[in-house]
Amino acid sequence: MNVLLLIEQALNGVQLGVMLFLMAAGLTLVFGIMNLINLAHGSLYMLGAFFAATLQQWTGSFLIALVLAIPATALVGLAIEVVTLRTLYTRDHLDQVLCTFGLILFLNELTRIVWGPLPLRATMPAALAGTVEILPGVAYPSFRLAIIATGLFVALFLWLLIAKTRIGMLIRAGASDRMMIGALGVDIKSLCTLVFALGAALAGLAGMMAGPLLAVQVGMGDGVLILTLVVIVIGGIGSIRGAFVAALLIGVIDTFGRVMLPPALGQMCIYVLMAGILFWRPRGLFPAAHHG
Amino acid sequence: MAERSFLDPPPRRGAALVRRRRSILPGGGGASLLAALLVLLALAALPSAAALLDEPFLIRFFTRIMVMAIAAMSLDLILGFGGMVSLGHAAFVGIGAYAVGILSWHATNAEPLLSWPVAIQGTESAFVAWPAAVLAAALAALAIGLVSLRTSGVFFIMITLAFAQMLYFFFIALQKYGGEDGLQLMERSSLGPVDLGDRITFYYVVLVVLACCLGFAARLVRSRFGMVLRGCRQNERRLLAIGIPTTRYKLAAFVIAGAMGGLAGVLLANSQSFVSPADMAWTRSGEILVMVILGGMGTLVGPILGAAAYLLLELVIGSYTTHWQVIFGPALIAVVLFAKRGLYGLLVPGGAGRNGGGDG
Repeated sequence: MNVLLLIEQALNGVQLGVMLFLMAAGLTLVFGIMNLINLAHGSLYMLGAFFAATLQQWTGSFLIALVLAIPATALVGLAIEVVTLRTLYTRDHLDQVLCTFGLILFLNELTRIVWGPLPLRATMPAALAGTVEILPGVAYPSFRLAIIATGLFVALFLWLLIAKTRIGMLIRAGASDRMMIGALGVDIKSLCTLVFALGAALAGLAGMMAGPLLAVQVGMGDGVLILTLVVIVIGGIGSIRGAFVAALLIGVIDTFGRVMLPPALGQMCIYVLMAGILFWRPRGLFPAAHHG
Repeated sequence: MAERSFLDPPPRRGAALVRRRRSILPGGGGASLLAALLVLLALAALPSAAALLDEPFLIRFFTRIMVMAIAAMSLDLILGFGGMVSLGHAAFVGIGAYAVGILSWHATNAEPLLSWPVAIQGTESAFVAWPAAVLAAALAALAIGLVSLRTSGVFFIMITLAFAQMLYFFFIALQKYGGEDGLQLMERSSLGPVDLGDRITFYYVVLVVLACCLGFAARLVRSRFGMVLRGCRQNERRLLAIGIPTTRYKLAAFVIAGAMGGLAGVLLANSQSFVSPADMAWTRSGEILVMVILGGMGTLVGPILGAAAYLLLELVIGSYTTHWQVIFGPALIAVVLFAKRGLYGLLVPGGAGRNGGGDG
């Protein structure tokens, strides 16, 4: 493998990593504050992709589709939170796993009813369909570069939101002691709904950007969900910083594993990595507050 | 018993407690025994009923129910009694199924499975292949349990899921054995004079295995080992405080459940004459979990009812609409939110069911 190919694969890895970060950020925030394990997070990713692909077909513009699909996914997330998940915060993890598993079955099937069994086609915006010569002799698809830029921008936005704003302060406080900030008069219920909708929007965004690269089809969220779970487990559940580091790590290792190792080992290597990390650090790389 | 020394007997007072409480154990002793007998009798009578109704399809269908019931029961051992929420149980079922499939493939193709350091030939004999499959599942459970049990709570859920996913990709990558398309078994295992190719004979073999598993599991949860296991679910810290090495007990239970899951896989491979990675997908693990909950966790008969209920629902709703999951998903949520004790709880009032809370 020469250096140029190495750079290209590294960028592919980073691109997968930032997508995983978009997914993991929402999931890990939801877990951090509400102590909720939400398997249906992958369904929001799928819905985001379907919304964007459909809107793109209607409007003919990727950008307009993106701008409309993000709030649409957030709204769906909000509805799901209010109707079902809200009652699950005080339940044990088993109930949460089962209910959100039920949600996956429901949403997957509903999507199949609405959009039919065939995959949708999502196309890249014309402006980003070409390649950019990032180094002499290395042409890289500009759409993938745009994904990386978006992911890094979202990471920066989340950091600013959580570290510098009042909402972020409440989110951090909620993660460390939910009861206490409730007692201090913060409307914890609305805060949870807001965080969930934010997570849904990020998952949807990941799905929208994945649309033109992969097939937009029912069940597309299931595979990415499991990768996301691996990311937040390695990063330490509840930690955004951990999610960022772990997402990039998983993205790069998974990409190189598939290229350089035989197929069996390539797909297994991230799970081996996860087992290894959990063996040495059972609470992940950046353990957040007290969650069990 | 050899395993006594490994499993550190609990203090003597514990033994006395077991004797005193034996009659009121899961599902209220008498009631659970009665329920178990009724279910087994009903299953034993099914082939005659199928013949009367002239619905031979029912035999195949109920064979599948019993196979999934064994898988669900094995999960219930660690979930309902040990409080371990494993979301990767289908992996053990898949390993058992693949072990039978791979041994059979080598027998059919007359190619040794291993030529070095010892020569191992493929086989279709149940006396060799079935124990080998169960052993393989148990070994996998031992390895997975060793790592997973270092964690707890939500980490345990996810790590078991990840391990199962790892094995799933492993079998997809095994191109020699069909990869993603799966592996066709040329014929069912040969079990001495018993002809497993015959549908009704095979049905009764599965029923006998189910009854044996039920009997074994019932004895296990009533033993001192089972008491420690249930203690782990209710208050592990207290057990640790009185000096019981809970992790060893949980690991032993995890291995037993894995082995039993492997046995279910053996029967699964034989019943469908086919095994594919789809048999160990994570959604399958979710389905097994759902069966346990539908039936009532912490009751050994419950998972049998749960498996029957799940597959019957799939069949009945599925005959009206191919989109049966759009109905089943919300129904599952309703059961979890409002009927936590499952079918067993509805049928046997006042039993143990889901008392004592979960891990939350």
